[in-house]
Amino acid sequence: MNNPAQNITIKIAGEAGFGIKIAGATLGKVLSRMGYQMFDYTEYPSLIRGGHNTFEVTVGERVHHHTRPVHLLIALNQASVDLHQSELSFDAGVIYDSEKTKPGTGPWKLYPVPLSRITKDVGGSELMKNTVALGAALAVLGAPVEGLLAILREAFAKKKQTIIDQNVKAASSGYQFVRDTFPELFPHQVTRLGERRQMYVTGNEAVGLGAIAAGCRAYFAYPMTPSSSLLEFMAKKGPKVGMVVRQPEDEISVLNTAIGAGFMGIRSMVGTSGGGYSLMVEATGLAGITETPVVIYMGQRPGPATGLPTWSGQADLRFLMHAAQDEFPRLIVAPGDQEECFYLTAEAFNFAEKYQMPVFVLMDKNLAEGGKTVAPFDQSKIKIERGEWVSAEDIKKEGKYLRFKVTESGISPRVLPGTAGGIHETNSDEHDEYGYNIEDIPNRNAQMEKRMRKLERARAEIPPPNLYGPKDASLSLVSWGSTKGTILQALEELSNVSVNFIHFNYLWPFPTQDAVKMLQSAKQLMVVENNFTGQFDGLIRQYVGIVPQHHLRKYDGRPFWPHEIVDKVHEVIK
Amino acid sequence: MIPNPQLTNPLRAEDFNSEHFPTWCPGCGDFGIWASLKNALVKLNLPPHRVVLVFGIGCSGNFSSFVKGNVFHSLHGRALPAAIGAKLANHELDVIVIGGDGDGFAEGLNHFIQTVRSNINITYVVHDNHVYSLTVGQASPTSMKGFKGKAHPEGAFEYQLNPISLAITSGGTFVARGFAGDIPHLSDLIVQGVKHRGFSFIDVMQPCPTFNPELSYDWYRQRIYKLETTGYMPDNHFKAWEISQQPFDEKIPLGVFYREERDILEDHFPQLSRAPLVKHDLSKIDITSLLEEFM
Repeated sequence: MNNPAQNITIKIAGEAGFGIKIAGATLGKVLSRMGYQMFDYTEYPSLIRGGHNTFEVTVGERVHHHTRPVHLLIALNQASVDLHQSELSFDAGVIYDSEKTKPGTGPWKLYPVPLSRITKDVGGSELMKNTVALGAALAVLGAPVEGLLAILREAFAKKKQTIIDQNVKAASSGYQFVRDTFPELFPHQVTRLGERRQMYVTGNEAVGLGAIAAGCRAYFAYPMTPSSSLLEFMAKKGPKVGMVVRQPEDEISVLNTAIGAGFMGIRSMVGTSGGGYSLMVEATGLAGITETPVVIYMGQRPGPATGLPTWSGQADLRFLMHAAQDEFPRLIVAPGDQEECFYLTAEAFNFAEKYQMPVFVLMDKNLAEGGKTVAPFDQSKIKIERGEWVSAEDIKKEGKYLRFKVTESGISPRVLPGTAGGIHETNSDEHDEYGYNIEDIPNRNAQMEKRMRKLERARAEIPPPNLYGPKDASLSLVSWGSTKGTILQALEELSNVSVNFIHFNYLWPFPTQDAVKMLQSAKQLMVVENNFTGQFDGLIRQYVGIVPQHHLRKYDGRPFWPHEIVDKVHEVIK
Repeated sequence: MIPNPQLTNPLRAEDFNSEHFPTWCPGCGDFGIWASLKNALVKLNLPPHRVVLVFGIGCSGNFSSFVKGNVFHSLHGRALPAAIGAKLANHELDVIVIGGDGDGFAEGLNHFIQTVRSNINITYVVHDNHVYSLTVGQASPTSMKGFKGKAHPEGAFEYQLNPISLAITSGGTFVARGFAGDIPHLSDLIVQGVKHRGFSFIDVMQPCPTFNPELSYDWYRQRIYKLETTGYMPDNHFKAWEISQQPFDEKIPLGVFYREERDILEDHFPQLSRAPLVKHDLSKIDITSLLEEFM
């Protein structure tokens, strides 16, 4: 890269159904192995085929989030040129099919490559056009083609040799064509940075890995964007890691099944999005009153109803906080990036089991489907804490077992069903300490207060929010979940401005003592979130008693771009 | 089914009595089902701590506080999904699900059909009194056409659901009907159901003297007959369906309509072949090779 501080963004665009995402992921893996950091972003309409798909990846030495403008556009059809011209930098390059596509008019460096003809020449199908284009892109970027060839060989290892040969030839031909035809150096070069041991994962893959590392034994889900790729990942890995993965008839069944499994003593998890979660609301209360641990992955997308199925948002926080009738303890954790997806999912199981309550992993489409390079996950940092249990011997000593024993902590030790002496009733009705239906006042109050005490204990265990940037600043940005990367990226451009960033992973119970201290000591607050009403902003008003001075909100289904944050900060601090 | 070697004294039906005597109305068919379940567990030699009893919501759901076992009292209509989760987590324990007709055939109908399809190795006993009784008298899917419920003063309009035919059509592998007024027969059906490898469904004709007095014990006794006394063999899908279609207000066959051995849901998961999930050792998880895939 000619200017190491400058990250570059590469965009691949084309018709849905033509492997845009796979091409993007392949390019990402090539660059990851060259030692670059990356963050990718995919846009696709809610169609099976025929729509317009894009994949873009920002590459550099230090990347928190994808950025615009686009420096290299790989346009696999005419629409790609027409739609994305306005996103290009003045010195951008455009790779397009010289025989099928008309380039736009602009200051860009044009790379007409006969993509279809080369594909035909190597005997490949039209689908292989991507591979030719990837070879061409690496040549434009000044990167070696060998990395791509190695990944193609790995990806098609189980296919026939002719398929491998065709792909390798397609990539090499695209690469060679550019090298032979365009000798002039493209201003954005991607040379090898050197060895860096890193992973390139999506948020959903990181969540899945976290669940597996935490000993999740059962995953239930009904397909719904953006959680479907997690279901696919779990289904693929389940038999190898000893986890049962099942797609029941609907989301109602999904959560009730997971609760049945949790009652029986295993770690279980479900995944869905807002519409599917709407069907799980009833069972969330069941987990609450029966004090059954369960981890609920909730991938937000804009709604209501079907809404914008393949886009992103952060408007379901209040929904999760209040879902199901009456009050019961629950915990909401929102990872901010792919690394946090791994560690916090594992932590979610610990909270669920220690406090015997539903724990939400609150995600969104951008984080779920976005890929990022991360330091390899460290499994040794994951501790499996299964909470309090009693054995047959304990019960024998005690002389009896009370599943819902009123304790000071609110936590009543569990028993594995099947244990001698451990019979009880796990009851969706209000119940006594054994579990029998009972409706009298002292018992109701004792059980209600016992359950709610667990929330206070959990609150005391929640780690503080993360502070990024200087301790003292005239403006503190506040956000939660996936806006973390955007804001960190923006801070890189705001090094001359007195601004810092408080990022929340744990959203409920709210607030913790640390959170109150941090928010109260800030001079001015600006809350950044992907919703209309300022759901987290409202929590700060309601529970901390501070009215944040500024906010930045967006609800169009698209992520915040770092430059939007930068502009707003400059507007506030003149 | 796991025999219980530690058991020195023979089990008695009273061993399953909880500290609460049932609050059902005098003459309620639920008493007969309660007695039959306890008898069946004694015959199966399953002590309370070796059986998982999952309940729905309704008069049948209140059963949950009147019996000893590993009891899970779930939500209205959701007993089957909860039971599937419990069974998958520990398939060494026997799981019996107890629900009602509103619970299983209205709120939970989708779960019923899908669970029949799955053929998971659990037993489902439905208290079918053809009325909603805990909510004091509305029509249920199995109410007879014209039944005057509190929400149907002009009489129920919809076609009466036939759970036996539905289970046969959905791929049921053990489909039976019992009568709450014949405890020995119903006890035996439950024993057969638990022993069956697969999903066993027992629809129990349950008189409700309070909210459906027309369908009294006598009303049933005038119509019921036992399939096994007619030389009927429950091995033919089509014959089973045909006999299940007899007009309800004329003839009510009892016994096993259909029985078949087929793969169960648990067979589908190699994860379950060595040990139940609940016995997996979580301290030995190593994800190193999984992480390598992303490098």
